[in-house]
Amino acid sequence: MENTLRKVFIGKVDEMPLRLGKTIVIDDKEIAVFKLANGDIRAIQNRCPHKGGVLAEGMVSGEHVFCPMHDWKISIVDGQVQAPDEGCVETYKVEVDQNNVYINLAN
Amino acid sequence: MGKQKLILIGNGMAGVRAIEEILKLLPDQFDITVFGKEPYPNYNRIQLSKVLQGDTEISDITINEWEWYEENNIRLYPGETVTTINKKEKFVETDKGRKEEYDYLIIATGSNPFMIPLPGVDKEGVTAFRDIKDCEKMIEYSNKYKRAAVIGGGLLGLEAARGLLNLGMEVDVIHISDYLMERQLDKAAGKLLQKELEAQGMKFLLEKETVEITGKNRVTGLKFKDGGKIPADLVVMAVGIKPNVQLAADNGIEVNRGIVVNDYMETSEANIFAVGECAEHDQMVYGLVAPLYEQGQALAKRICGMNHQGYKGSVLSTQLKVSGVDVFSTGQINETNVTKSIKVFDEWRGTYKKILVEDEKITGAVLFGDTQEGNRLLSLIKQKANIEEYLESESSEDSGESLVASMSDEELICGCNGVTKGTIVEAINAKGLSTVDEVKGATNASRSCGTCKSLVSDLLEHTLGDAFEADQKESICTCTELSRDEVIAEIKEKGLTHTREVMHVLEWKTEEGCSKCKPALNYYLGMVNPTEYEDEKESRFVNERMHANIQNNGTYSVVPRMYGGVTNSDDLRKIADVADKYEVGMIKLTGGQRIDLLGVKKEDLPSVWKDLDMPSGHAYAKSVRTVKTCVGANFCRFGTQDSVGMGIQIEKKFEGLNTPHKVKMGVSACPRNCAEGGVKDVGVIGLDGTWEIHVGGNGGTELRQAELLTKVKTEEEVLEYIGAYLQYYRENAKYLERTSAWVERVGIAHVQEVVEDQFLRNELNERLDEALSVYKEPWNETNNDETVLKDLFEKVHATAISK
Ligand code: SRM
Ligand SMILES: Cc1cc2nc3c(=O)[nH]c(=O)nc-3n(C[C@H](O)[C@H](O)[C@H](O)COP(=O)(O)OP(=O)(O)OC[C@H]3O[C@@H](n4cnc5c(N)ncnc54)[C@H](O)[C@@H]3O)c2cc1C
Ligand code: SF4
Ligand code: FES
Repeated sequence: MENTLRKVFIGKVDEMPLRLGKTIVIDDKEIAVFKLANGDIRAIQNRCPHKGGVLAEGMVSGEHVFCPMHDWKISIVDGQVQAPDEGCVETYKVEVDQNNVYINLAN
Repeated sequence: MGKQKLILIGNGMAGVRAIEEILKLLPDQFDITVFGKEPYPNYNRIQLSKVLQGDTEISDITINEWEWYEENNIRLYPGETVTTINKKEKFVETDKGRKEEYDYLIIATGSNPFMIPLPGVDKEGVTAFRDIKDCEKMIEYSNKYKRAAVIGGGLLGLEAARGLLNLGMEVDVIHISDYLMERQLDKAAGKLLQKELEAQGMKFLLEKETVEITGKNRVTGLKFKDGGKIPADLVVMAVGIKPNVQLAADNGIEVNRGIVVNDYMETSEANIFAVGECAEHDQMVYGLVAPLYEQGQALAKRICGMNHQGYKGSVLSTQLKVSGVDVFSTGQINETNVTKSIKVFDEWRGTYKKILVEDEKITGAVLFGDTQEGNRLLSLIKQKANIEEYLESESSEDSGESLVASMSDEELICGCNGVTKGTIVEAINAKGLSTVDEVKGATNASRSCGTCKSLVSDLLEHTLGDAFEADQKESICTCTELSRDEVIAEIKEKGLTHTREVMHVLEWKTEEGCSKCKPALNYYLGMVNPTEYEDEKESRFVNERMHANIQNNGTYSVVPRMYGGVTNSDDLRKIADVADKYEVGMIKLTGGQRIDLLGVKKEDLPSVWKDLDMPSGHAYAKSVRTVKTCVGANFCRFGTQDSVGMGIQIEKKFEGLNTPHKVKMGVSACPRNCAEGGVKDVGVIGLDGTWEIHVGGNGGTELRQAELLTKVKTEEEVLEYIGAYLQYYRENAKYLERTSAWVERVGIAHVQEVVEDQFLRNELNERLDEALSVYKEPWNETNNDETVLKDLFEKVHATAISK
């Protein structure tokens, strides 16, 4: 399989809201981008594996987000749904270059 | 004369209880020595199930702390086993070479778990479920291995299995009979239980007989008689117990199945007693604490030389301690040709009840799903009560009286410790008790298996009336042990100013809280400091952050404010135009007398609000929602007051107030109550020259009828009383507690007392006005704040640049 990466500029670090999610649309993909309390920026699929809740609107606690629909707890770092629920969401690689934030998408 | 020497062998539940009973009767009579094989003070063996299930820690199950022994001058030798009894010269010897003389000796050596002598039973990874050591072993194994097999589908086996599931293992339960707990349940209940436990993730192999435990040094699996096999890394054997009689038998004390005792727990030898699971009374050996405690009382009376009718045997009852499953059984379980039975099976709610009757007397009962009645049935059996007595009390219960209220004083609340309703009520009144823990300390009720706690709590509430505060210590969420009241006290005392500071200073177990505590803290901080606190967007649930209700496809609904449910042609036109312009999915009249625009895209919300140019209806908020009104005196032929005008005034005054949960109101102009004030948080009814204010109603999940708070004359007074009531609710309710639940908890009489006090009422209104003074209409505010618009409502459409 061809392994090219696409690098997409999504915004400025200092313009990202802290402890909140932001919805990013790239082609037909919706991505939820979070700036965590420790300053890390992370990106996951904006679609809860339960019933498709928009995770960008969830409540953020540390490295987890609580889905706004039915409160599933999902890791923003590895995309794993936390017990007792099960599942996972896709995670995307974030690259920060000075004040610019990019997402690397595999083709 | 020096004190008489008393020795107890076995530092367990029955023996130590007998000592407690003796100390109650004659605190200074004996010089007491206790030998215990296990290296701990006396602990609650029953709670091992809860330790395994993760509800309790080993450190929390001690019944008598080390200090208790000291305070009572008891010499305790933990971790020391008695090896010989010399009954001629009256001394005992231990494995550590100690020799102690006695005048009286109590043997309370309990039982040993029965290990079926299968090939492989001594392999590593095979355990019983009896003591702390076993419990620790299972926890340790669950950290390393995946698959557990529990042999035995009785009480103990199922509790072990549930615990192992909680510890993350896959669990097979192997049972020899064709349904679970066959000694305590009938087949119908056994099958219901199986279904429930299967839903929890347990797997069952019924009618299976294990013939071998396989593996090299460590177990790897089980083999069955029918040739089947399963893999397993841990095998828990829970097939029964055997009275521990070796010591007695070796030293010439009469033993049958257990150590044989009479009604006073005396063995065949003078001055030697036996009590607990090791004792056999009237050919019965018991394996539950209730009878053992009764035995302890008989023994104590005898040793102390007091009159007593002696121990006469016990009617047993069992309860399964698995969360989410309520099972109870007592007395006779299966029908015979002389019994008649009452059976109620509610498949919908998953409850089953069977009561067996012989010669008009209740002889046994099996309950599944709802076990509230368990102990009362047990006491009716003990009293040999007529079935009619039960049926009568049952129908009075249907009339709404609480269960504890309808119980007679002789009825049992705590089955384990034989504590009756009368004893508890007397202790509450005489000693001024007010918490479940205090009742436990004073009467022993709920000290053993703990299943009667809710009954004790009900009884406290029933006895103390309004003075009772339920849920005395309920933590905000699992991130902290602190309760709402404690957290608020700390916020005030330490002057804490934001949620992260609260979590940090009060040592939250998680770094940034969870979806339960974040919004709760945000509310409490704002309630305590309305003018200074800066509301945290990130601690708000999506609806309250976005000022709209999120829907299943990620779009939102918009409900503009229509004070009192009244609108006009201009507003209707605007709504129609907006609906067209933004192509909303549906225009709907709400149950709160307003109009809802559903299916609005997130990024369109700000412009929808701008075009509407109406205030937010807060249909999403923990705040004042709608004030429904009826037509009222200006049009209706029955109307006595201007309900519409009153409703609009109320809605305008309280609009935007943050509350622990949403607040809904209704104003009607006559008792026909067309605005449904009877099921509102505040329901106002206009009568000729008076207004009635009803509070604490709810029309949602748990229907509750509002109760009359007060009657007043003027519209100003209506606002003043509602103001005081709402502020008192704001300051005292738990976050997410509707007024209905709060009024139910504190009692309407208490709320009345507060708001009727002019001084308090004024103060409450002052604080309310302060809270209202900072309110800003959120839709308009959002539209004026570029950062919020960008942070919350913008969707970034990004394009790729290839690398
Ligand atoms: C729009 C409306 C239904 C309708 O089309 O009529 C509605 C819609 C929702 N209700 Fe309701 N309720 C609506 C009137 C009611 C009523 C009737 C009333 O207010 O007169 C009740 C029962 C009365 C009561 O609350 O005492 C009601 C009891 C609930 C409950 C249960 C509350 C409870 O304490 O038991 C919830 C859940 C909650 O709040 O936790 C709820 C929650 C909801 C939510 C917000 C669900 C959610 O959290 O996302 C619904 C939003 C749907 C959406 O996609 O927009 N809704 N809901 C009504 C809005 C009224 C308004 O104008 O603001
Ligand atoms: C997991 C589990 C759950 C249970 N659930 C319930 C329940 O819900 N309800 C209920 O009523 N009952 C329940 N039981 C049963 C209850 O715990 C026992 O009936 C009760 O503990 C028996 O008390 P005992 O004092 O006779 O024996 P034990 O509590 O076993 O005490 C005997 C003690 O004597 C010690 N000993 C033995 N020999 C010697 C010796 N030679 N020298 C010194 N010390 C010695 C033993 O080590 C032991 O510590 C449960 C038991 C278990 C294991
Ligand atoms: S009753 Fe209320 S919460 Fe339930 S589906 Fe209807 S609108 Fe939603
Ligand atoms: S859609 Fe996320 S929890 Fe249900």
